[in-house]
Amino acid sequence: MYLDLWGLVGGLVHWLMVDIVGTILDWLHLYALADWLGSPGVLQIVTILVVALIILIVGMLVSITLIWQERKMLGRFMDRVGTQVGPFGLFQNFADAFKVLVKEYIVPNAADRLIYPLAPILIIGVSMAMFVTIPYSQGFYMSDSDLSVILTLAMFGVIPFAVLLGGWASNNKYTLIGGMRAAAQTCAYEVPLLLSVASVVVLTGSLSLNDVVAYQQENVWMVVPLIIGFLVFIISMISEIERVPFDLPEAEAELVEGWGTEYGGMRFGLIMMSEYARAFVGSSLVALLFLGGWAGPTFGIIPEGLWFLLKMFLVFTIFIWARAALPRVRTDQILHICWKRLLPLAAINLFIAVFFKTMGWF
Amino acid sequence: MAEMWINMGPQHPMTHGLWNMRIKVDGETIVDAEPVIGYLHRGWEKMVEDRNYIQIIPMADRLCYGSSFTWSHVYCMAVEKLMDIEVPERAKYIRAMSDELQRIGNHLMWLAAIGTDLGNLTVFLYATRDRELFLDLFTALTGARMTYNYCRIGGVRNDSPANWVRDLERTLDYFEKRLKEYDMLIDQSKLFRMRMEGLGYMSPKDTINAGITGPVLRAAGVKQDLRHNDPYEIYDELDWHMCTHDGCDTWARYRVRMMEMQESVNIVRECLKKMPKDGPIRVKTPRTAPAGTAMARMEDPRGESLMYVVGDGTGKPYRLSVRSPLFVILSASDKLIKGSKIADVPSILGMLDVCMGETDR
Repeated sequence: MYLDLWGLVGGLVHWLMVDIVGTILDWLHLYALADWLGSPGVLQIVTILVVALIILIVGMLVSITLIWQERKMLGRFMDRVGTQVGPFGLFQNFADAFKVLVKEYIVPNAADRLIYPLAPILIIGVSMAMFVTIPYSQGFYMSDSDLSVILTLAMFGVIPFAVLLGGWASNNKYTLIGGMRAAAQTCAYEVPLLLSVASVVVLTGSLSLNDVVAYQQENVWMVVPLIIGFLVFIISMISEIERVPFDLPEAEAELVEGWGTEYGGMRFGLIMMSEYARAFVGSSLVALLFLGGWAGPTFGIIPEGLWFLLKMFLVFTIFIWARAALPRVRTDQILHICWKRLLPLAAINLFIAVFFKTMGWF
Repeated sequence: MAEMWINMGPQHPMTHGLWNMRIKVDGETIVDAEPVIGYLHRGWEKMVEDRNYIQIIPMADRLCYGSSFTWSHVYCMAVEKLMDIEVPERAKYIRAMSDELQRIGNHLMWLAAIGTDLGNLTVFLYATRDRELFLDLFTALTGARMTYNYCRIGGVRNDSPANWVRDLERTLDYFEKRLKEYDMLIDQSKLFRMRMEGLGYMSPKDTINAGITGPVLRAAGVKQDLRHNDPYEIYDELDWHMCTHDGCDTWARYRVRMMEMQESVNIVRECLKKMPKDGPIRVKTPRTAPAGTAMARMEDPRGESLMYVVGDGTGKPYRLSVRSPLFVILSASDKLIKGSKIADVPSILGMLDVCMGETDR
């Protein structure tokens, strides 16, 4: 069972624009305006806008749920309760948001006036734009592009560039080093990431996330034949979304707050939020590519989106677990892990995928 | 990238206290370093010259927030030597026991700090959780959590309260289990070892020449522990072994401190066994000290702490000089971090267990 988002919103928009507003306009003898509002192009544009809004709101809600989940679970891992603001600590995010909202917006004197405000816009915008390609179920998605896997990973590739710009433009030594680290680390980890995705694409024969999930529903979850690729993908993804143990760009022990040291106020809040948005997209990719997406017993009443969210939260739990148990890795060690360990593993995984495909087992 | 100087401090998460490690980096590699201290200088040694001997005890507590008891202890030992006072046997045991409890508490504070330095908050919270138990023990014994004002010239202030020994034994049993947990969390974790092994190497010869003492020296394989080499109080009557490690690196320093916590538990247990069940805990002492000099030193959790007191026949010391172990270690800290990466600075310097109160005085 799934919600057909486009059909629902399209129907609603049609009902509103043609049946309600159109009738009123007809009654006012504004026939031309009613016709224009009811034309397919206008309906299409309004539908797209409404769907985009819904996807953005849902994505943000899931992201702040991830923040809440991390606060609570990390607290349990560390033998404490976690946040307690509101019922189950659910209001902590809102308290934080209001706090950063009233903070002063400071631009350092020596900062680059053009790039300094631009970098967070780029980071936040790109992070939110990633919601576009993530399908929650067969019907609940923004775009079902044939290249949605590539599109998502390409948007991931913009982030280190923006981080480097932000760190550089702040004109601060800590932020500069943080930005450089982000660029080096994220660029390096994109190679094993893409290789492990390539193995999935080889087996499923499609670059569309919907098709990948459909293939897994019919055959087998990709985690079974490609267990190596699954592990490589998870580790690379932790690095890609810059979380412990790979949160070098904002290593707070030695670089104060890394590349984001000079950003304060709501900019900091939104950058923080966008990190969790990327964490949501990253966990979703793991769930979609390897864990069967929304595949699961629905018994006709359980929504498919629920299965997808459940798997996504489970993957994020692994991220939280890693954060609770591991220290931060050093710059040279992180590249060492990437080039000398993950890359050969990803290559082996790709060979396995090609082997399976040529043998025709999957 | 061109070489540049970076200030790590005085307001920086890496510095546990108020000091500045200036490092010159070439990319991520440190090519030069320069420790700058003195931000927390309060003129302690001058202040105590205008206070009488009993008033200095709480001042000595404030030399270090982590191990305040050992500092008042070494002060009392120095003045006792000046006044030529013999401390009762039971007081000696209580002092040694408090020393070891303080060592555990201080090492737990260090462990908490090293957790955040390495980027893991779990270690921080576990260590502070366990330190709380030892602070509770001290609260029951002395009435304060951090600055105890407990040691007295000629003994200790009061005897242990009812049920304190029972609580102590329970805490030690619990803490030994927690030590195994730390072993599983840190020692057996590949990533933690990667962040510690082979860093901050300093050969035993250099370590001795730099005047470094305490766990850092023992981590270089040198058998030097004042509890063994120059026993004070009752340490010569106890059966314990010195914790050393041959690594000379950050991992060795970590291991030595962890082993010392276990050893301190054993020492406290043995003290409980051998302690006289009753007897005086304090002797009467004169208010004035004779003219002359006296020196006392002891094994602080961070190294060899020493106090040198000059009396002039009045109720106030003419001069009281402090030898802080960390002042010496920090003087050599630039040699430890040269050649390593920026990310190693917190882990190498965190292993020294920095406390600026005693360093700057």
